[in-house]
Amino acid sequence: MVINSRFFNRSELLGFLALAALLLVILPLSLDIFRLNLVAKYLTYAFVGIGLVLCWGYGGILSLGQGVFFGLGGYCMAMYLKLEASSVANTKIQSTPGIPDFMDWNQLTSLPFFWKPFHSFPVTLLAILLVPAFFALIIGAAMFKRRVGGVYFAIITQAIAAILTILIVGQQGYTGGINGITDLRTLHGWDIRTDHAKFILYFVEVVLLFGCIVAAQFIRLTKLGRILVAMREQEDRVRFSGYSVANFKIFAFCAAAVFAAIGGAMFTLEVGFMSPSFVGIVPSIEMVIYTAVGGRMSIFGAVWGALLVNFAKTSLSESFPQLWLFGLGALFIAVVLAFPNGLSGIWADHIQPRIDRLFASRKSKSAAGMIADGAPAE
Amino acid sequence: MFGDYSISDLGAILAMQGFAGLILFSVYVLMALGLAIIFGQMGVINMAHGEFMILGAYVTWMTSNAVQHVAPWLFPGYFFIAMILAFIASGALGMLVEWALIRHLYKRPLDTLLATWGLSLILQQAYRSIFGAREVGVELPEWMMGSLQATDSIQIPINGMFVMALTMLITIAVAYVLFWSSWGKQVRAVVQNRVMAGAVGINTEKVDRYTFGLGCGIAGIAGSAFTMIGSTGPTAGQLYIVDTFLVVVFGGAASLFGTIASAFSISQTQSTLEFFLSGSMAKVITLLTIVAILMVRPQGLFALKVRK
Repeated sequence: MVINSRFFNRSELLGFLALAALLLVILPLSLDIFRLNLVAKYLTYAFVGIGLVLCWGYGGILSLGQGVFFGLGGYCMAMYLKLEASSVANTKIQSTPGIPDFMDWNQLTSLPFFWKPFHSFPVTLLAILLVPAFFALIIGAAMFKRRVGGVYFAIITQAIAAILTILIVGQQGYTGGINGITDLRTLHGWDIRTDHAKFILYFVEVVLLFGCIVAAQFIRLTKLGRILVAMREQEDRVRFSGYSVANFKIFAFCAAAVFAAIGGAMFTLEVGFMSPSFVGIVPSIEMVIYTAVGGRMSIFGAVWGALLVNFAKTSLSESFPQLWLFGLGALFIAVVLAFPNGLSGIWADHIQPRIDRLFASRKSKSAAGMIADGAPAE
Repeated sequence: MFGDYSISDLGAILAMQGFAGLILFSVYVLMALGLAIIFGQMGVINMAHGEFMILGAYVTWMTSNAVQHVAPWLFPGYFFIAMILAFIASGALGMLVEWALIRHLYKRPLDTLLATWGLSLILQQAYRSIFGAREVGVELPEWMMGSLQATDSIQIPINGMFVMALTMLITIAVAYVLFWSSWGKQVRAVVQNRVMAGAVGINTEKVDRYTFGLGCGIAGIAGSAFTMIGSTGPTAGQLYIVDTFLVVVFGGAASLFGTIASAFSISQTQSTLEFFLSGSMAKVITLLTIVAILMVRPQGLFALKVRK
């Protein structure tokens, strides 16, 4: 990779602009609000994907528990929205008015202590960022300080995803159980269920996504990003050079957790509910799939991967529900076996050179002739 | 939580839950044995292991149906035929998968995880298309039903005893094959140093294929045993895969004895807690304990001392 002093090099800038044009102009103009809302749902996974690029692609830490952080962010947001929706006026018919409906169904008579901070919007926003980061810090510190890595880390994060799911499903009175937290209505008094609100939320989400892309790009280009790559390739040499490998890993893991949590919070807003089916092992692995398909080394690739795989999932499962799992499985095997760098790898190896040649041929006719003669089609 | 029970009640409860835990233990051991061979010895993370188990369960189900229709006189003993068929079917599929998929990925263990996850999705959907989405259960022959009355308050189910005896036999057989047969020596040689093993004339590719096949075959037998205690559905395998990995990691990945010890402690903790707490909390506490212990002792209970 050529070290570039600019923040985005030319092709990255093109990628950024292409994505911005697609998400900000083309899709909002061409899709109806239902489809646009679907795109917004897909994009929430792109946040997770960007985090995974940092932590898995660059840091070499495969976390199979990103659903945990996605879920924590989503549940924090959902708890705030739920409290707002279960005001005393809205819940008059309950035996205890003013608490969420599922608590009333489970014979709870007062709000549990960990729900209380979520009455306040600023605290909720802070919690969305800090709770997952803190959680990731504990897990990361416990594991990386003891030099648990690779496969073991993947399995343990997977177990944590399983634990959290079982806990949420089991503690129905506190968490809403298997149905999750549903019937969310307003955000700070603003109805999130209208088409207009969905339209605005879409743009908020895209802006946040670009914020995350820039943040991830910043991390990637600083010395920190280079140390992450060095760690992935030769962990011991980095350690012998005097860097604290564990701390860098913890940072990458926490950053990925925060990105995932932002995605989760946006998911709750866009879709209007949060449930344990977005927390467990299967969604966590699917999030890794999106990243792998897009390209684990490419921030933009992760966004494209989340968009395309989910688009394929929706359209295939609408028309051929049986084929979808076959397709997803085969796609996954194919990506791992043949294209370890995913779509962005295919782009960089096969399509980018052709585009470059095309540009070169426009610049000078004679050079174009030479290239066309000298380079047979791949 | 102990308040309402007298001492003798508690004793009986512990014994009964202990036996219930032993059946869970048997399934864990059979699942984990296969995984310990594949993951512990070969370093391949086989996320489709649960699906190999379910293949064994479906083979058992088909055998039971076939025997009932074709040769009813064979029914009391059909289980032994079913087990052998399950072993062959899962083992053969395992060897096919190794040839088509796994052998390209030995140098990238994390990628085997992703690829086999894809495989597990395909297998699940295949089961759903072939056998239907509904869960199926096998009919047990008469001699396996019922239970032994040990004391007035303790009952021991016969099918549970049978599964346990079976588990012990298979464990001994696997230990024999791996540690005393010449083929087992070859397997361990390949695991320790692939290049040198190849240099002294061991056909490493063949050893890999048969090792993977053996691991999957044992998973098939686990599926056979599983049909006795639960019904089989297309996604039943997925419920067990994380637990099984934890069993293997908790025991220390390369240690067969550790696998058995950890399967025992995990299944006993879980089934004893299950009586006093709700099922989900029992599971949460068990898993949390394992994760906490693994954070303190990442190499597992019984680990070989190796320098990396």
